Amino acid sequence: MSKYHVNEKGYYGQFGGAYIPEMLHPNVEELRINYLKIINTEAFKRDFDHLLKTYVGRPTPLYFASRLSEKYATKIYLKREDLCHTGAHKVNNTIGQILLAKRLGKSKIIAETGAGQHGVATATVCALMGMECIVYMGEIDMARQKPNVERMKILGAQVIPATSGSKTLKDATNEAMRHWINNPNDTHYIIGSVVGPHPYPDMVARFQSVISAEMQNQLQEVEGRNTPDHVIACVGGGSNAAGAFYHFLNDEEVNLIAAEAAGKGLNSGKSAATTSLGKTGVLHGSKTILMQTEDGQVVEPYSISAGLDYPGIGPIHAHLFDAGRAEFYSITDEEAMTAGVELSKMEGIIPAIESAHALAVFGNRRFEKDEIVVVNLSGRGDKDLETYIKWGKY
Amino acid sequence: MGKVLIMNRIDQVFRNNRDILNVYFTAGFPDLDDTVRIAKSLESAGADMLEIGMPFSDPVADGPTIQESSQKALENGMTIQKLFDQLRDLRKEVSIPVLLMGYVNPVIQYGIENFCEKCAEVGIDGIIIPDLPMSEYLENYSSVFQANGIHNIFLISPNTSVERIREIDEKSGGFIYVVSSSSITGAKQGVQDGQVEYYKRIQSMQLTTPRLIGFGISDKETFKNACSYANGAIIGSAFIRQLKEDASDSGIKSFVRNIKSKSP
Repeated sequence: MSKYHVNEKGYYGQFGGAYIPEMLHPNVEELRINYLKIINTEAFKRDFDHLLKTYVGRPTPLYFASRLSEKYATKIYLKREDLCHTGAHKVNNTIGQILLAKRLGKSKIIAETGAGQHGVATATVCALMGMECIVYMGEIDMARQKPNVERMKILGAQVIPATSGSKTLKDATNEAMRHWINNPNDTHYIIGSVVGPHPYPDMVARFQSVISAEMQNQLQEVEGRNTPDHVIACVGGGSNAAGAFYHFLNDEEVNLIAAEAAGKGLNSGKSAATTSLGKTGVLHGSKTILMQTEDGQVVEPYSISAGLDYPGIGPIHAHLFDAGRAEFYSITDEEAMTAGVELSKMEGIIPAIESAHALAVFGNRRFEKDEIVVVNLSGRGDKDLETYIKWGKY
Repeated sequence: MGKVLIMNRIDQVFRNNRDILNVYFTAGFPDLDDTVRIAKSLESAGADMLEIGMPFSDPVADGPTIQESSQKALENGMTIQKLFDQLRDLRKEVSIPVLLMGYVNPVIQYGIENFCEKCAEVGIDGIIIPDLPMSEYLENYSSVFQANGIHNIFLISPNTSVERIREIDEKSGGFIYVVSSSSITGAKQGVQDGQVEYYKRIQSMQLTTPRLIGFGISDKETFKNACSYANGAIIGSAFIRQLKEDASDSGIKSFVRNIKSKSP
């Protein structure tokens, strides 16, 4: 039994579980009993791989960033998830879950979204499969991310504003869970990250694990070895990081590095650096590390990147942090934006601001000259153009 | 394990009464110091049991009405510690059973042992934590609850399997909270399609634990309907709406009397 994968009770170390109201128990239990049975069948794997190849555009390249490597005096590879259809890794998971939902006989899909990337990826696969799609999005996020709202609508999804609480991602997640309670029979809830009750974190990690599986093959080809020395990924909920770490979890020779959003700074009161600022608690169905008040009320996080703007992290990452298996860095808005502009100028790639947090690790930590460092470039920066423009320092 | 010698107030009520009315309200709403006054007022108006909500920032099982009251209560400064302070003299004022209802995270932060001891100290009879699953409760919480003589109330919904209902019945103390339809609180009004069938199905299982029906019970009609298939019912969102409109003792009295009145 692996130390870092989920155990038979749905826990990663002390984190995880399924803290859900009884009304959701039958749905989550149905998933728990069936997800491995279904996704391990040859037919499922065939359909999943086929869509990833012909629709998403996988395998995504592993690109050697020579100018960046020279600057930081190490060997930097970028795993180009930004080249996936819809512009980010999110679609790996939505393809997997919609194939699963169909096999469970569900006809309707719901999802939550923060910046809109997961919402777009869900609306996309629903259009692909001809399924009804409802996406919950915080009212404030809808105003901030108007183009993604329209993208979802063009794709045929209904976007419902979450008007409760702080009107952002955590509230959109609450609303999606409430919708699922109200519509338990025909609806599947596609959670966008490695969060939520078991088996979601494990299921999403498995669908995203294609990222590290490809890394292994690609490194073998170019470096003659199938492991890097370091893998760097940003962590909001942590789905791209879970995918990038997945096949290296048990190989302690591979150093795992997670970049969290420090926002305006750890002590500014405007941050999303969960492992620095949070403590153990329960949100959205799992026990994890959570930003909260002393009284256990969930604190509203802040980051310039809407995709990292979540008060918790996936239980797998809470465990990697707790066990010391991964290094965690808090990256400020400033550091991330600077790293994003740097990649644009040096390699001709405008990264999503989420991914720019991973790139900013190079300013915080030295790597050896002959070490192989893979950065998971989880998304492209088109959606963030307005933020780059507002930032202005380029 | 310390067996509690005094019979839990919840068990006494189910032994002696029928058509039990359990009323939910959020602690610290509409004003921070309203908690005990509302409890007293509900008892004198004829409520048989009380459920006091501990507000949480992310109440996933609740509809807009209770969400809003929770948010207001948090803004008013309500915390679990504050609530226990308010309830210090509860048993000098209120004699009917009182339960606390809330989400698991604030309880974990307070400390589960601390929490149960405080409950016993102020005279709380039962706890409802909708996002604490049965397996987790049995493994890590039940001994602390039992040592303090506190019932943990489980929920069942129309989709809960027969085997699971049997298991819940076996593991339950106090009563089973029968969620009236697949819904969050306050979501659906009136008697729903298929609801009576579901109530009858549960009734015919002849469970050993008493049952209260809740969610969507809002008026005399839905209360009476629920009472014909269970030991009573729970009213939450509708009472919160009453408090929003008129939280005075007379407003509370007429609300309860209207629901409990025998006349059609």
